[in-house]
Amino acid sequence: MPVRSRVKTFTMDGQDVSGHESETILEIARQNDIDIPTLCQLDGLSIIGACRLCLVEVVGWNKLVPACATYVEEGMEVVTNSERLQNYRRMIIEMLFAEGNHVCSVCVSNGNCSLQYLATKLGMDYVRYPYLNPDRTVDMSHERFVMDHNRCILCTRCVRVCDEIEGAHTWDVEGRGYKSHLITDLDIPWGDSRTCTSCGKCMNVCPTGAIVEKGKPAGEMIKRREFLGYLTKMRGVNNNE
Amino acid sequence: MTIYDTLQGMAETEHDRQAQFENEMWVCLASGCASQNADQLADRLADLVKEQELEEKVNVKCVGCMGLCATGPHVTVKPAGQHYSEVRPEDAEALVEAAKTGEPYEPLYEPEYSQFFDRQTRIVLENAGSVDPESLEDYLVHDGYKALNIALTEMSPDEIIQEITNSGLRGRGGGGYPTGLKWSTVAKAESDTKYVICNADEGDPGAFMDRSVLESDPYRILEGMTIAAFAVGASKGHIYVRAEYPLAIDRLNKAIRRAKRENLLGNEILGTPFNFSIEIRLGAGAFVCGEETALIASIEGKRGQPRPRPPYPADYGLWGEPTLINNVETLANIAPIIRNGSDWYASFGTESSKGTKVFALTGQVNNTGLIEVPMGITLREIVYDIGGGAPDGRAVKAVQTGGPSGGCIPEHMLDLPVDFESLREVGSMMGSGGMIVMDDTASMLEVARFFMEFSMTESCGKCIPCRVGTKQMYDLLGRIESGVGTYRDLQLLRELCDVTQHTSLCGLGQSAPNPVLSTLHFFEDEYLSLLTDVEAAAD
Repeated sequence: MPVRSRVKTFTMDGQDVSGHESETILEIARQNDIDIPTLCQLDGLSIIGACRLCLVEVVGWNKLVPACATYVEEGMEVVTNSERLQNYRRMIIEMLFAEGNHVCSVCVSNGNCSLQYLATKLGMDYVRYPYLNPDRTVDMSHERFVMDHNRCILCTRCVRVCDEIEGAHTWDVEGRGYKSHLITDLDIPWGDSRTCTSCGKCMNVCPTGAIVEKGKPAGEMIKRREFLGYLTKMRGVNNNE
Repeated sequence: MTIYDTLQGMAETEHDRQAQFENEMWVCLASGCASQNADQLADRLADLVKEQELEEKVNVKCVGCMGLCATGPHVTVKPAGQHYSEVRPEDAEALVEAAKTGEPYEPLYEPEYSQFFDRQTRIVLENAGSVDPESLEDYLVHDGYKALNIALTEMSPDEIIQEITNSGLRGRGGGGYPTGLKWSTVAKAESDTKYVICNADEGDPGAFMDRSVLESDPYRILEGMTIAAFAVGASKGHIYVRAEYPLAIDRLNKAIRRAKRENLLGNEILGTPFNFSIEIRLGAGAFVCGEETALIASIEGKRGQPRPRPPYPADYGLWGEPTLINNVETLANIAPIIRNGSDWYASFGTESSKGTKVFALTGQVNNTGLIEVPMGITLREIVYDIGGGAPDGRAVKAVQTGGPSGGCIPEHMLDLPVDFESLREVGSMMGSGGMIVMDDTASMLEVARFFMEFSMTESCGKCIPCRVGTKQMYDLLGRIESGVGTYRDLQLLRELCDVTQHTSLCGLGQSAPNPVLSTLHFFEDEYLSLLTDVEAAAD
């Protein structure tokens, strides 16, 4: 019997790289300092492949694949930053800006926001799509935190951290399509939730200013995500298995 | 005596019982006709037969869909073969009289419908409209469970898969993936537990093929699923059917109960060591749950949202186990293939697309209803020969296939043969079988906007391009349609089509732009004429 190889060698942007069969394209890219933008992905949380920013091309494959959810294969030729990919990524960010009500100048997360950072990095200088200006609410009922639906991009990091790490599953998504929105428990004010432990994990993993601490002035809200790495490492859990 | 011999005995008794009647009156009791009081009609006919003491001469039988759904309720009188449409309960007396004398009842007699039926080839629908869907005995008379007996007693799982592969059958849910290949993939997956799922979450606007099959011939689906389960090594099956199909659910439940009693489901099926059980799961009205990974999430009790593939369900499906998911129509083809052989099946259709396809023919066409045609037939034959063209002598403008994932095919391309590849080449797709005919009064922009609205409201909201892209495209189409759109709006629309098509997570988003892209391709003038700055477009 031929021995099965568990380490795969392939190329990424022309560079020779190698990875274990249990590793994704995104992990190998990060090991080799190749930057692939991500938004819904966060180390320590399950992979959902929803934001579509980490889509990459693989030569010979007819579809773009999400780097976060695609395992490495022998001989694959990955292209992570073609002009086409750059365009798509910028358009996706533009879509997010047009979808919600994102006003950086008055946002507590101004300067510490993943959405803002990606928009700058991907060269989004203005939004070409019509703003939808949705009528969204702000939930201030929790004693320590605020949920501002205007700034929510539905990455569901909060849903996953609450379910997978905290084990409370206070958050979930209600509605379909562009009417999707986050809810606490069975759509009651956050402050009335009986499952919420007020741990603040959702606030810290939130990439934008949607879930923030009360009492922060504009630009002062800095999220701390280090806990996720410690927790998952100490617990030895892998949420993708 | 084996269990199958007992079943054969039941079939013979039923056959003899039916043979003693001089006349049979078949009343369609599928949803379309039932909604027009066909059940009252059937009761009235049965009462009259009883009153006139004709019980030994005339048999009133409730059957499944005959196809001409727009003009129900339908009654066929056998053996004379007279077909009546739009029959009301008060017409019952005249029909019984006609059955007695053999003279057709002129006011409702529809002799010209022969054209509608003559051009069809019925494999999936062979029992629809002639067999009582609630009678196992009647199904057995029509070769029911013969295929399962052959499969379980004469064939190995590998031989069954080979037979399905040789038949050239491709998935009828829309994608056209080779069924034999799918089966062999699941068969190869290593696990003690495997599942078979029948996808009956039919959701395309205007499509009702699967509903008719389930309502008209539920045992056929159970038989197909059982053969599939034996071939891939599964012991548990689910039928995921949308809750909006109460009659189909009712008949499936009855059929499952009966099949269990007769050892056709459950433990030791037909006396062999093979066990298989089927459970029904109801969909809660989300179109996206027709996508296989979303369907699996829904069965597991989660929010019905797709996930990235691979891993495919064949490898990692329901509860993480290898799972075979086939569409209703695909499973309805299994029994005839095993019964008659793959060569027989492969003799229908074209080189790449074998067999037949059921279409729900709707829109501006004279004969609206359910049809089954061999692959390779031209759209023109379907629209004009079977459908009878547009009403009031109007000109046909386009045909829409594939529902919200498909496109519009203009009149001048109607000679296109219907198969998976040809339809895809012109920017449409086979889809599950919705076919909407539009006459020259139809606005292509309105059609595109209608389907975009559907995709927008049915998007699950998980991935950004589908959630936001469909909303933006819908708004832009609305702007252009109301006459305030500019050439720049049209460019943005094209751009959004491109990004949504290529970056969305699942098939819903990836194919949502198709109605816009195909109408833009074939009817660009309609878009351009509505722009405020037509001059800019000309440059």
